[in-house]
Amino acid sequence: MPGCIVVRFLASFPIRQSQRHSSLVASTEITIRNVTFKNPVLTASGTFGYGLECESFVDVAELGAVVTKSISRKPRDGNPPQRICETTGGMLNSIGLANVGVDVFLSSKLPLLRERNATVVVNIAASSVEEYCYVLERCEEHEGIAGYEINVSCPNVKDGGLNFGTHCPSVAQITRELRGRTSKMLAMKLTPNVTSIAEFARACEGEGADAVSCVNTFVGMAVDIHTRRPKIATITGGYSGPAIKPMALAKVYEVRKAVNIPIIGIGGIMNAADAIEFLVVGATLVQVGTALFVDPAAGTAIARGIETYLSEHGMASVRELIGSLDTSMQPSLIAAGWG
Amino acid sequence: MFQETVSILHSAQVAENVYTLEFVSERIAHATLPGQFLNLKPDDSFDPLLRRAYSVHRIREDRIEVIFNVVGKGSRILAAKEPGDPLDVMGPLGVPFHYEGEYGTAILVSGGVGIAPMPILGDRLLALGKSVVNIHGARTAGMIANDGRLTNPIFATDDGSLGFHGNVVGALDAWLHDHGASNVRLFACGPNRMLGALGEYCNARGLPLEVSLECQMACGIGICQGCPVEMATGNRKYTLVCTHGPNYDINDIVLDSIPSVH
Repeated sequence: MPGCIVVRFLASFPIRQSQRHSSLVASTEITIRNVTFKNPVLTASGTFGYGLECESFVDVAELGAVVTKSISRKPRDGNPPQRICETTGGMLNSIGLANVGVDVFLSSKLPLLRERNATVVVNIAASSVEEYCYVLERCEEHEGIAGYEINVSCPNVKDGGLNFGTHCPSVAQITRELRGRTSKMLAMKLTPNVTSIAEFARACEGEGADAVSCVNTFVGMAVDIHTRRPKIATITGGYSGPAIKPMALAKVYEVRKAVNIPIIGIGGIMNAADAIEFLVVGATLVQVGTALFVDPAAGTAIARGIETYLSEHGMASVRELIGSLDTSMQPSLIAAGWG
Repeated sequence: MFQETVSILHSAQVAENVYTLEFVSERIAHATLPGQFLNLKPDDSFDPLLRRAYSVHRIREDRIEVIFNVVGKGSRILAAKEPGDPLDVMGPLGVPFHYEGEYGTAILVSGGVGIAPMPILGDRLLALGKSVVNIHGARTAGMIANDGRLTNPIFATDDGSLGFHGNVVGALDAWLHDHGASNVRLFACGPNRMLGALGEYCNARGLPLEVSLECQMACGIGICQGCPVEMATGNRKYTLVCTHGPNYDINDIVLDSIPSVH
């Protein structure tokens, strides 16, 4: 892929601090295709609105990128209440892709993001291949969009993508059609709710995707035992938060072994340590999602935390961290804070 | 809106399962208007994960007070806070009550922990020269914080153990019978069933009623889209309680579209 960082396993790469130049400020820049992200931390779609709601708390220009809420051809009202509930170490959501539609996004949200010097990745959701193409083509008419993330994996609406996302030929077709329509970065956001996510990642790579985002939410459910009713209106919803991190990491690990294109790691990242785990396993970028509901500035704090880690470990660049998982030795628990 | 870590000044149980927390934040205290809420992080763990949204109950100088029932893990942690404990606070959030305007008497109707926004609202209304009466109901006297925090209160209890024997709608009817219903405006907060009954009563008599809704939120600032209530008017199907509410004209929303938290 031209201009694309090809990330391979940098396994068996022990870091010895004494050997490294710890006084240097580490580079956190990452380039994928023709987009340079100033740091590897992006906001996950649907957890940061249109990037404008949190101005009191965070400067969006300091993020690697803002990934927008899923944008569809027409405005969507979203699902009926109750849309969210908290579970142990996580939450369920069933928002239903509520969004303003591509026209309003382009006319009233994108210009404000540009004014704020945000790197903007537009997340697109659709109920047909034609609709995906339509929304992308509308976006292509505008300046200020760095790339696209394609939501083929929303678990919460009947026509919202999961029927595509669990059907590999459909994911391949959508990737192919969109690839033919843009020279910008194209990332496909995959669902973990399949038997082999690697198969889907390979299909995306084969059709020219620049990256795969791993993963969207896991299908989950919670019941109020007093009323014996589901806790959210759609009965099942998307499960996110720190509880899913080990599962998401395993999916990234699986995909890392299957493809050469960059992975955008997503799933329960709450702090810099969580983000670093994803990078070590092989993600080139990460997205912070549910953590933003608790702390809207979590993304920039995590970016700073990664930078500090790199300096403390004598690494000149975040690229040294990516895929540096060392599986040659005994598993390590002590340094991870066991006990 | 601000996010800051404050220090707990005072915590207390003020009635059966009713707790208060008081802390100091000059910025938040000065920025908060009646009907707005704060999002409190119970602790720095991931369980509970999300913040808890509470109306601002009272503001005295720079001191801010919230009031709540213990209903789960998060509120249990908050109720156990002691003076000096840190607390991560975000706010003020939401749109205040729409209390400006030409009317003489404000009737503040609350049920249970729906008492939350009434002291700060009453204080503001008094400062604006309005007459204020609070009608506050609970199941029993023990569940009422009868310690002077409400302006000109009339209490109603289901068991008759304090004040009017019956619900707040009955107590309101009695008050209006004695004092008349001209030039009044009503503000209410409480269980959805109470708000619904109050809405029927007010609509039948042409009385303006604004209600403060309670609903579960993930973020409190409009990014998660998790707290919609169906609209009865306008072009949009839903409004977000966190950023467009929590205070609405009763006739602008479909109350039954959201589950009652109480």
